[in-house]
Amino acid sequence: MTVAATPGLEYQAERARSRRGFLLGLPAVIYLLVFFVIPLGIVVAYSFATRTRTGRTELTDWNIDAYGRLGESVVRAVAFRSLWIAAVSTIICLVLAYPLAYFISTRRPVTRNLLLVGVMIPFWSNFLIRTYAWRVLLDSDGIFTQVVSGLGLGDGRILFTSKAVILGLVYGYLPFMVLPLYASIERIDWSLVEGARDLYASGWTAFRRVVWPLSRPGVVAGSILVFVPSFGAYVTPAILGGNKKGLMGSYIVDQFMDARNGPLGASLSVVVLAVMLVGTLVYFRQGGRNL
Amino acid sequence: MTKGVAHSTAEPMGLSRWLLRGHSAVVYAFFYAPIFVLAFYSFNSSQIVGKWSGFSLRWYGDFLENENIQESIWISVKVCIASTLISVVLGTLAALSIERFRWWGQKAFDAVLYLPIIIPDVTMAVMMMVFFGEAAELFNAIPGVDLTQGVEKLVLSHVAFNISFVSVVVRARLANLDATMEEAAADLYANGWQTFRHVTLPLIMPGVLGGALLAITLSLDDVVVSSFVSAVGATPVSVYVFGMLRKGVSPLINAVSVVILAASMALVVASLVLERVTSSQKGK
Repeated sequence: MTVAATPGLEYQAERARSRRGFLLGLPAVIYLLVFFVIPLGIVVAYSFATRTRTGRTELTDWNIDAYGRLGESVVRAVAFRSLWIAAVSTIICLVLAYPLAYFISTRRPVTRNLLLVGVMIPFWSNFLIRTYAWRVLLDSDGIFTQVVSGLGLGDGRILFTSKAVILGLVYGYLPFMVLPLYASIERIDWSLVEGARDLYASGWTAFRRVVWPLSRPGVVAGSILVFVPSFGAYVTPAILGGNKKGLMGSYIVDQFMDARNGPLGASLSVVVLAVMLVGTLVYFRQGGRNL
Repeated sequence: MTKGVAHSTAEPMGLSRWLLRGHSAVVYAFFYAPIFVLAFYSFNSSQIVGKWSGFSLRWYGDFLENENIQESIWISVKVCIASTLISVVLGTLAALSIERFRWWGQKAFDAVLYLPIIIPDVTMAVMMMVFFGEAAELFNAIPGVDLTQGVEKLVLSHVAFNISFVSVVVRARLANLDATMEEAAADLYANGWQTFRHVTLPLIMPGVLGGALLAITLSLDDVVVSSFVSAVGATPVSVYVFGMLRKGVSPLINAVSVVILAASMALVVASLVLERVTSSQKGK
């Protein structure tokens, strides 16, 4: 960098550069303003608007009635059921993914890459079709149903129940748990574990006191990546949960499509958005930028 | 950071070692078994999915003859190409602007740029639907614009989420490159465009292509946003299939699914190969 002769010139050059940067970003700024920020603003406005008798949403008589309805037992039941299903799915994903991520991280590089590709392929494959695959398995004469019932493991007919939805969510979002867990376990400095073992820690103690705390960012990141989309899930419940409108995603869709209650649907969307924002803030707090 | 794992400490011993291996094998089976079963039954000659009655390509034949599906695939391809091109250009510019420059309001833009990535599908879908409902008249007043057409709405909403994904991927690439090459070009009297064309763009190309692949995948995969904004006569294949499979299982959907799955896996493999080529170029 050349040294500017006068501070004034340097300042002007800096200004010009900053203006160039702004102009480069401008098309995207305008696009997102029109097609993202304004739509978001309209949804927020809807949540404070009035529903007319015919089901139209009028942007007049601002009120917080829609948010008041969140306390109603029907809406609360939907919210809690969604929270519960999302939480159970997240825990199952964590239990399945942690040992797998640990296993992958401790392989030799060539094997490790192959195993990772094995996780990447479902991660990138069409989500809708992967969910539909379970619809085939869970059908009354599907393989899953027959195997489970045949082995006497209980009733295999779980299609159109919460169990099927949880199964579908776990199947759909498991790669989202494995990848961040892998990222954080892989970078653990194993000499720390060696040190613990040298100090007579048992394998289990070394894991609990060294490996687990060091992999925490991955646990938090993975949990959020599974929990947030599970909470607002629409496709999985629609395919595996039948037509029951008991979950947040489908309940919101229902408000706009059938019930024609724009303000309620909008206020629920804002709530889902808030859940997601809180989750993301926690994610960044944990320094979990590493997917 | 030690890359070479000391296996004696990292790998548990005895029984737990075998439990770990067994568990991993089961999880991989869980990942792939459903897909194989789906593919297997798509070659079933029977009308009933669960009853195997011999090998047949009949459902793939039906798929090729089904004009509605063909048409919806064309819609998807059109939307995918248009939205990918637009979002790659806008997303790359946004990435350059944030990563290489400092300007007033940048922090706010950076934050907004993250939102489409983390926003739940349903919220995004509601936003786009309500927006087109309220703003369609305003847009249609502009000559040459007709937002009653589904394809335009699909492209506009896919770009709205894809810009962010493209810019994240390009930024990751830019962050790993230091700016000295670009400064050197500027010192050699290259103007802004020449520097970009001959230095920056070739260097970030892998990131741009990676972003494009991501945009293609997301556009083709999207069901929720698309089903909220698609109009009659402009149903993308994901929405069409979603509508079909909500009605139940059929061997025809299995065949369609296998084709879609094969296409999306081909994209994954392409992106992984691309990544390999890139990382070997970096000489890492």
